[in-house]
Amino acid sequence: MKKVYGSAAEALEGVLADGMLIAAGGFGLCGIPELLLQAIKENGAKNLTFASNNAGVDDFGIGILLHTKQVKKMISSYVGENAEFMRQYLSGELELEFNPQGTLAERMRAGGCGIPGFYTKTGVGTVIAEGKEVKEFNGEEYILEKGLFADLSIVKAWKADETGNLVFRKTARNFNPPAAMCGKVCIAEVEEIVPKGSLDPDGIHLPGIYVHRLIQGTHEKRIEQRTTRKREEA
Amino acid sequence: MAWDRNQMAARAAEELEDGMYVNLGIGIPTLVANYVGDKDITLQSENGMLGMGPFPFEGEEDPDLINAGKQTITELNRTAYFDSATSFGMIRGGKIAAAILGAMEVAENGDLANWMIPGKLVKGMGGAMDLVAGVGRVIVLMDHANKHGDSKVLRECTLPLTGKAVVDRIITNLGVLDVVEGGLRIVECADGVTEAELRAATQATIV
Repeated sequence: MKKVYGSAAEALEGVLADGMLIAAGGFGLCGIPELLLQAIKENGAKNLTFASNNAGVDDFGIGILLHTKQVKKMISSYVGENAEFMRQYLSGELELEFNPQGTLAERMRAGGCGIPGFYTKTGVGTVIAEGKEVKEFNGEEYILEKGLFADLSIVKAWKADETGNLVFRKTARNFNPPAAMCGKVCIAEVEEIVPKGSLDPDGIHLPGIYVHRLIQGTHEKRIEQRTTRKREEA
Repeated sequence: MAWDRNQMAARAAEELEDGMYVNLGIGIPTLVANYVGDKDITLQSENGMLGMGPFPFEGEEDPDLINAGKQTITELNRTAYFDSATSFGMIRGGKIAAAILGAMEVAENGDLANWMIPGKLVKGMGGAMDLVAGVGRVIVLMDHANKHGDSKVLRECTLPLTGKAVVDRIITNLGVLDVVEGGLRIVECADGVTEAELRAATQATIV
């Protein structure tokens, strides 16, 4: 089966539709599927719900889909870097469901593993627990959180082979593996697609079984907070 | 007299023991890394890294290598990378020995509020709720009073909680307090601060 597509727009054809729940990888602007997000903008699909740790910044990442009003709802843990997000949220145009970061990651992982719910200590006694089942295990309280089952996953990796086996680079791995796992269909964008047999089978971070479509492209990889130290401090 | 930010960070660093895996929050907690000395401490960044190094030299920033505050950082010869589900698995699973975090309010029963102020811009809790629920020891490192001069060490939190009864120790510019049965116990006073001054500056019950 051919997984490699010519462009992000081609890879989205027949897959993207209005009203979908899309799980997106990335943390901040690190390891985000920037080419697929741009292609979703150009496609114009509307009423989308994104499960993504963050909502990008105003002109990059999921932020670009906020300007075009394509996003109905965000499921995120932190949205502090985005002024347009705040404007739409405060005016009631955009729904927001806060999930603690680890709960969001585990909801994606669980969804991908066929686990519809799990109990966690995270958020017990806070607003996050409101309306959720509480159960005691060994004298401690836990709340029920649900596995996340997305219609579509969009992720970014460093390298892939033609069969969809993925290798990530440094902290750009972040939410990409769990996001990839929880979608009915997963599209991965990578910096380089290499021939079968050229990746070390022991070094595959995400097996190709989770990846249905694949594109190669050039990434801007914008830095959100450039922090450095002076040489003489060394 | 009281401790300044760097003295607070240095005091917090005394909490860390050789071999610990530790998560440092944003703000003053970040400074703790400067004071670990010869101790073998591995810093976790909850986006998916153990063995976090210092900021890179100018020109060596890598967009694929950031910390939980989204700042560019470097790796060390012990660094390991993993995905965010694995990262929070080790947090929730109690593998991280301690977290040193900032706070808006702490209560005498160990309740912690550090993620939102109702009516103000809501940014989200990020990984704070997972950290306080999961790590071995939660140490709060913050100024004793807010900018209006009111105690942030309270009988009860007024802000939405990050975690219920999760804090073990509070380190402020005025001293060190432990959460114990019935309230807080003074562990030590900051340089030049008397016990009477520390008590007077604290709304919470001191036992």
